[in-house]
Amino acid sequence: MSIAHHPSDEFLVAYAAGDLAETWSLIVATHLAMCPACRAEVARAEIMGGWVIEDAEPAASNGDALAAMLARVETVAPEPARVARTDMGEAPVLPQPLRGYAGGDVAELCWRRLGRNAEHIPLLSTRDGSKARLLRIPAGRPVPEHGHNGVELTLVLAGSFCDGEERFARGDVEVVDSDLTHRPVAEPGTDCVCLAVTEAPLRFKSPLVRLVQPLIGI
Amino acid sequence: MVLVMRAVALYSDDASRAVHVALREPSKVNGVVDDSNPSGSAGPGEDWEATLCAVAQQDREAFASLFQHFGPRVKSYMLRLGSDHATAEELVQEAFVKVWRKAGQYDPGRAAASTWIFTIARNLRIDAFRRENRPELDPDDPALVAEPPAAADAAVQQKQESRRIRQAMSELPEDQREVIRLSFFEDRTHTEISGLLGVPLGTVKSRIRLAFSRIKTALEDEHAENAQ
Repeated sequence: MSIAHHPSDEFLVAYAAGDLAETWSLIVATHLAMCPACRAEVARAEIMGGWVIEDAEPAASNGDALAAMLARVETVAPEPARVARTDMGEAPVLPQPLRGYAGGDVAELCWRRLGRNAEHIPLLSTRDGSKARLLRIPAGRPVPEHGHNGVELTLVLAGSFCDGEERFARGDVEVVDSDLTHRPVAEPGTDCVCLAVTEAPLRFKSPLVRLVQPLIGI
Repeated sequence: MVLVMRAVALYSDDASRAVHVALREPSKVNGVVDDSNPSGSAGPGEDWEATLCAVAQQDREAFASLFQHFGPRVKSYMLRLGSDHATAEELVQEAFVKVWRKAGQYDPGRAAASTWIFTIARNLRIDAFRRENRPELDPDDPALVAEPPAAADAAVQQKQESRRIRQAMSELPEDQREVIRLSFFEDRTHTEISGLLGVPLGTVKSRIRLAFSRIKTALEDEHAENAQ
């Protein structure tokens, strides 16, 4: 089953350039683990980065920079060449780097309730105000209808959801812009597990959800 | 995908033609050593990949020449990201400690030396300027979805693609090159993520996207032709 929804080129170039906060980098890197096509795009953007270094006007350095450098590496032991691991057990649901941030694979996690339907695990927030969290929506249930004060990226890790006409399954990334109100619904069969990164707090339509929003930190 | 196609269709200035021509003219791409390189950077004849492989064998002479070539360029990269001279100098030293330590893990079949050094410098600056980690995939993760089986000459193909992209970039008009540099020299402390979506045409961001799509499309055309 190939991936139908990818992060835009801008995200991939910004990831390659090192220009994304850790939250956005986390979702891009986790998508890359599942998407060889986007890995190839990032590799191309990194070639552009290599060109930028190669092409840069050399900056004058201290006269003794080379001597200092050579002295410094005398005390540094080179690492051995990477040996590909062969003990490939059963593939976890959460790929790296996400599994490390979550502290384990899906079955090992402690979920917190989030409203009537969903559960979540906050993972990370960065200085730009963005937040990364894992979400679990029971099969066949909707996520409460919400709008955004900013961009939201959602990466599907297990199960699938529909948002309007579009279907999102493992590896797919949904990009939602600020002015959209949407109501994704998990498809029947398997609980839907996603990594979601939001730029700013969500705007829920229901006054009740808005009331508890600060308490549950979403 | 639709976005990219639209972007390509709309992009019709000299820069895109320059990239296109560069990518379409194998004689230029495969040209021999370019001695007339005005910026003084390495021509295609200098084999930094081989130099880096020698560093992996703890060849100090190779390390010194790699440092003398790339050190001042990495420093320039750090300076343009807003670092002061002393910090930039220290970051260069840290970058080359990493180069020395990790040279054994460098695979010339996967990346050009300049690309590999760029990724080291980039990760250092994220750590130094932003105090953040750099989330990256783990190539040994059992959950990683592998590439389709690589062609037997993957290393050659990677080298050609790398050379084509760099050649295409060096043939862009100067203002376009500056746009690409800017996108790599930017430190978005207040992440303008919305700036990555629906960018109005004509802005810097849309121009880098368009230049990137153009390079991509040209490479894909070429792959399709090769496959026939």
